[in-house]
Amino acid sequence: MKEFEYKNLRNAYGEILVELGKKYSDMVVLDADLASSTKTARFAEKFPDRFFNMGVSEQDLMSTAAGLAIGGKRPIASTFAIFATGRAWEQIRQSIAYAKTNVKIVATHGGITVGEDGATHQMLEDFAIMRVLPNMKVICPADYYEVKEVVKKAFEAEGPAYIRLSRAKFPVIFDESHKFEIGKAQILREGKELTAVGVGITVHALLLAAEELWKQGISIEVINSPSIKPLDGKTIEKSARKTGKVFTAEEHSVLGGLGSTISEYLSQNYPVKMKIYGIQDTFGRSGKAMELLSFYGLDYKGIKEAILKFLKDS
Amino acid sequence: MVSEEDIKKLKKISLKLRKHIIRMTGLAKSGHPGGSLSAADIVTVLFFKVMRYRPEEPKWNDRDFFILSKGHATPLLYAALAEAGFFPKEELPHFRNLSSHLQGHPDRLMTPGVEMSTGSLGQGLSVANGVAFSRKLDKKSSRVYVLMGDGELQEGQVWEAAMTSAHYKIDNLTGIVDFNGLQIDGPVSRVKGVEPVAEKWRAFGWLVKEIDGHEFRQIIEAFNWAENNKGKPSMIVAHTLKGKGVSFMEGKVKFHGVPPTEEEMEKALKELEKKEKELEDERI
Ligand SMILES: Cc1ncc(C[n+]2csc(CCOP(=O)(O)OP(=O)(O)O)c2C)c(N)n1
Ligand SMILES: [Mg+2]
Repeated sequence: MKEFEYKNLRNAYGEILVELGKKYSDMVVLDADLASSTKTARFAEKFPDRFFNMGVSEQDLMSTAAGLAIGGKRPIASTFAIFATGRAWEQIRQSIAYAKTNVKIVATHGGITVGEDGATHQMLEDFAIMRVLPNMKVICPADYYEVKEVVKKAFEAEGPAYIRLSRAKFPVIFDESHKFEIGKAQILREGKELTAVGVGITVHALLLAAEELWKQGISIEVINSPSIKPLDGKTIEKSARKTGKVFTAEEHSVLGGLGSTISEYLSQNYPVKMKIYGIQDTFGRSGKAMELLSFYGLDYKGIKEAILKFLKDS
Repeated sequence: MVSEEDIKKLKKISLKLRKHIIRMTGLAKSGHPGGSLSAADIVTVLFFKVMRYRPEEPKWNDRDFFILSKGHATPLLYAALAEAGFFPKEELPHFRNLSSHLQGHPDRLMTPGVEMSTGSLGQGLSVANGVAFSRKLDKKSSRVYVLMGDGELQEGQVWEAAMTSAHYKIDNLTGIVDFNGLQIDGPVSRVKGVEPVAEKWRAFGWLVKEIDGHEFRQIIEAFNWAENNKGKPSMIVAHTLKGKGVSFMEGKVKFHGVPPTEEEMEKALKELEKKEKELEDERI
């Protein structure tokens, strides 16, 4: 196996926050006693007057961010994914989604790659509970460079958005020139026999799996779909029309995430055989991030096996 | 100084608001009269004496903000907004109808003058803190007002927000607790007591003033007091009577979320009209 460069998503977040903060004087950032971890501390250092640490009060965090938006500011609220979306879901629903306040929620520590802290901290249901909210965009970038693009584009767009980042370092896929548009997926590798759609850390794994399968004579199309909502159904459908089979992979429950979203779209527009791959209907556990990925079959080997099985069974 | 004339004017408005509340809930056959009536005098003073706003320009950047955290008191809020000129009074009778923008609970996108969508209790103080932050960042002198219920104080988020206001020395915000002693399932003291209310806020770092929430001079003075406080947030604990102004509704748990019947509506309106007449005849 070739060595990859791994880069910390949260560093990208901290860096882009400072960059945006310089450009937009109406930008404010809030955190809930995790600033050093989410890296909003970088923004706090540079712009102390525009940073609000709400303490361990996630409900207060979200509603206060909504108030700042009503007062004409452009807030970004950050904490871990489980607390942002779980503890404060109803605040997000009422004060951000329903009230359509211009709040961006950027949560770190999504998925099982939280690692050692275990199940209580591993958010595997956030795509599901965020995407059902009207007015809410749901986005999850695949590497360091995409984080910067996603945060920037979401910040510059009007209205509520939820962005999921991770604690772990992710292998680098893109470079400085990478572009992201809300509601757009991107074909990273063309192929004929199967469409494989990933989000977040599974995108790199899909690329590796596709490379290995190619060596076995199997041709797979790999799509990166950071924008879960709005979904780029058109691009995925076009690929599905070509390959006739769709495999989705995500570091999220198989219930309600990217796979479900695509299945909802395709079943109503162009039904094809699908495999929704991710964390089964279960909670996570402690371990090292990369160990956990392989334990749950979400490393490239597990994904490759799952694709082979799907191709065989379908 | 506040003249007798001013007080009389306010009393007249509060009776008008009460009549709107009765008509709106009576006609809609739904809505929350009790907690609207208990806060009617406070909201009258806010909208017709204290707050700066422009009905023709609801998003005027120098306005004061009013957040109705106890969002179920929409009949009161809409009555005040209509009387203040944010939208025609003729729309009030359509409250809660499918064709109306007057939603059961406040919707900031649908109704001019509604600053925040509320209805889920416990979130308004946090929102008000956020607005207060924004005013400070923009160096605006405007104020933020937030009205909460006493039952609402059972929500944990209220106390998260209370700590935020105190920690950040938010002194451009005035909180009001409509301390009417009742919630849905009965007296607050029996459902889950919130006393000592004033001491709780003090312990959380607030300046607190207790008033009779139906005494106009006390209400006006309390808002002045709050505006002059520096370095700490201010809470007005207003002792009120749920259903105030309509004798058969006063102190009745039932009228929290039960509208008056047609008969009761007539009776209530007669009573309020009589009060208007008495006020008219009163010599200053
Ligand atoms: C979070 C939440 N839980 C429950 C309700 C249902 N509810 C509406 S009003 C109310 C009682 C509120 O009592 P209080 O704050 O004393 O209001 P007031 O007496 O001023 O009407 C309840 C439980 C709600 N609106 N929001
Ligand atoms: Mg009450």
